[in-house]
Amino acid sequence: MDLKLTEGELRFRNELRAWLESNLPSDWPAWREKSLDDSYSYLRAWQLKLYDARWAAVCWPAEYGGRGATLMEQAIFWEELARAGAPPMANSLGLGLIGPTIVAFGTPAQKLRYLPKILSAEEIWCQGFSEPDAGSDLAGLKTEARLDGPDYIVNGQKVWTSYAWLADWCELVVRTDPQAPKHKGLTVLLVNMKSPGIEVRRLRQMTGESEFSEIFFTNVRVPAENVLGQVNDGWNVAVSTLMHERGSYGARLYLLFKRSIDRLIELSHSARKNGQPASRDPLLRQKLAQCYAEVEIMRLNQLRAFSRISATGVPGPEGSLQKLFWSELNQRLQQIAQEILGPAGQLLAGDPRAIDHGIWSYGYLRSRGNTIEAGTSEIQRSIIGHYVLGLPRSY
Amino acid sequence: MDFGLSDSQQSLKDNARKFFSTHCPMTEVRRLADTDSAHDTALWAKMAEQGYTGICFSEEHDGAGLGLVELALILEEAGRALVPGPFFSTVALAGALLDATASDAQKKKYLAPICRGQARSTVALYESESAWNPAESRIAAENGRITGEKLFVPDTAAASTILVVARNSVFVVEAGAPGMSITPMLSMDLTRKVYAVTFANTPAEKLARPENIARGLDCATAALAAEMTGGMQRTLESAVQYAKTRKQFGKIIGSFQSVQNLCADMLLETESSRSAAYYAAWALQENAPDAAAAVSIAKLYASDACRTVGNRGIQIHGGMGFTWENDLHLYYRRAKACETTLGDASWHRERLARMAVDTVAVPPAGV
Ligand SMILES: Cc1cc2nc3c(=O)[nH]c(=O)nc-3n(C[C@H](O)[C@H](O)[C@H](O)COP(=O)(O)OP(=O)(O)OC[C@H]3O[C@@H](n4cnc5c(N)ncnc54)[C@H](O)[C@@H]3O)c2cc1C
Repeated sequence: MDLKLTEGELRFRNELRAWLESNLPSDWPAWREKSLDDSYSYLRAWQLKLYDARWAAVCWPAEYGGRGATLMEQAIFWEELARAGAPPMANSLGLGLIGPTIVAFGTPAQKLRYLPKILSAEEIWCQGFSEPDAGSDLAGLKTEARLDGPDYIVNGQKVWTSYAWLADWCELVVRTDPQAPKHKGLTVLLVNMKSPGIEVRRLRQMTGESEFSEIFFTNVRVPAENVLGQVNDGWNVAVSTLMHERGSYGARLYLLFKRSIDRLIELSHSARKNGQPASRDPLLRQKLAQCYAEVEIMRLNQLRAFSRISATGVPGPEGSLQKLFWSELNQRLQQIAQEILGPAGQLLAGDPRAIDHGIWSYGYLRSRGNTIEAGTSEIQRSIIGHYVLGLPRSY
Repeated sequence: MDFGLSDSQQSLKDNARKFFSTHCPMTEVRRLADTDSAHDTALWAKMAEQGYTGICFSEEHDGAGLGLVELALILEEAGRALVPGPFFSTVALAGALLDATASDAQKKKYLAPICRGQARSTVALYESESAWNPAESRIAAENGRITGEKLFVPDTAAASTILVVARNSVFVVEAGAPGMSITPMLSMDLTRKVYAVTFANTPAEKLARPENIARGLDCATAALAAEMTGGMQRTLESAVQYAKTRKQFGKIIGSFQSVQNLCADMLLETESSRSAAYYAAWALQENAPDAAAAVSIAKLYASDACRTVGNRGIQIHGGMGFTWENDLHLYYRRAKACETTLGDASWHRERLARMAVDTVAVPPAGV
């Protein structure tokens, strides 16, 4: 165990730091109050800038625009971005989940075709997994794909698909063998969202914005060469995406959480509570310190998990521990923010008195989704119980 | 950057697990819990032979010359085995405080015998008025003699020397020195006995570098967080084991989701405690700028987690978990004692707030 940076890691960090110093946009805070649709073009431009300097996905192979970096370097990457207060990237699902799945399962031709454009944010990706009747029970999904000559013909419906309305491509899980047991008849297709027969309807979320959508597929033709991995082995491919979502997405989110707790501590000095700055209130100090500690532990847990994956080579079901920890931590953090900011914390973007352009009222509402998306907390605990601790299946 | 254990650290930990399960099984833990001091000289000699009593101290003082991470690993396994007696008090508490505050000559005199397994020691810190904060200590020293009372001093009966923390100074008192008396305090933890210790004009030797008291106590606190993690680990293992075998309604109870959820939360808290404890030990070893914050993070988290892990562990065992015969309560008792020792969660949250909240510049815009 040695948490000092190796020479290579130090070089990596210094190069990144220097790059950030001269390339970090200074106008990001002002963009946060814009709607998701508007700020997206901003985030896309920021990602392109990172891509041009080969910083968009440091872990990916160099031939596709990454740096072939280690997992520890990836962790350093997110810590540095957090430290610099950098904006997040636009194509987060492509970078964090779908790209790594293509790296693992794609043919050489697929990798060349898709990966660079994921990195440059030229093509935005979405994850078409959940359906109206298949959420937690993902393997029960019904959207079907039938082979017809050189193409699959897709019919069915997906729901809660984040960024579907602006996505160019979708990692779609479909049923290709309705006869087989439910986990065995699935296949993953890479689907062009501009294909005829696809209709996207935006859904409004409890935050008021429309991050996710429904997608309807009516006789959509998808070339058979767009199968990712093996036909009827889609469950393994999809699980690989979920492992990334649960296991390492937290390193990316650390950027947001660290900035939130640091900012909240700043605000606690000016927000007044019981006739004094909130930072002097004994109870709130306790809560702030607890939250500060948990954000640090989130970083440490992630680093330990990365060290384990570096040694064993595979992200395992232990990733559910990270997902469980960060999702529930963010809900606690947002609640503490509300306690510190008082009613002003409820003000929405656009109100002249809103704090930090309304990010705290948004953050509070948005955090409710954290324990649902990427598998609910109930499902994560069941995965830990069965796959990590070896208890019998509960369902 | 590698947050995994090195091969030698892993084998040290594996060997410690084997050693404690062979030489200090639960039958032995229970036997010692029933004795006055919970100390066994034969077990102590074997631990010294393994090098555990000098694990993190320099070879110059007859130690093994390893680091605080290695100390944490041994403590973690000792905690998992619920090793009774003065190991934590002697090595992690008194040893670390001596290492931080004694002169070289004093280390040769007091630390080296600990490393060699010939001496046992403890630290008298807590006072009814000042609790764990040395700066508020009231015990008075005059002309090399101390007077006052210390409470909750662990393993005093087994100790050959006692380090007494006073305001801005630490003193060594030999066991049985004139004017010193010890009274057992009947407390919950049966495996680590605590004492009230009074001094009346008792001769005491001042340690040379009192400015390092905080560092010494931080090393002990990180080690304690590791010991607590070991206790959580054992409680978790025992709950999962029980959940895999006990049947109700014709089913293994571990197939019930509410039971699985309890187990999953126990694992999450145990792993999180482990991350924080290892990091604190490493940060102290390397004198990292955030070492003191890391120690408070580890202790505040472990203090809450060791209690909730224990709660769930007992719950999963049902009525069996409430019996004297089941070992869980022995861990649960130790967990409660550890929770408060060297500052409980709220104490360390306040300490962390002073480091992480009060030091932040006030932003210009008012809210
Ligand atoms: C903000 C957000 C973004 C999302 N983005 C995407 C996306 O991009 N792509 C995508 O495919 N999906 C996405 N989802 C969908 C998400 O993955 C599902 O909502 C989630 O898996 C739960 O499925 P469900 O909504 O059908 O709820 P259900 O599965 O119906 O669950 C309802 C409740 O029952 C509980 N439950 C269900 N089964 C069990 C069980 N076996 N044991 C115990 N409790 C159980 C659940 O925990 C939950 O509390 C997103 C969701 C949110 C909130």
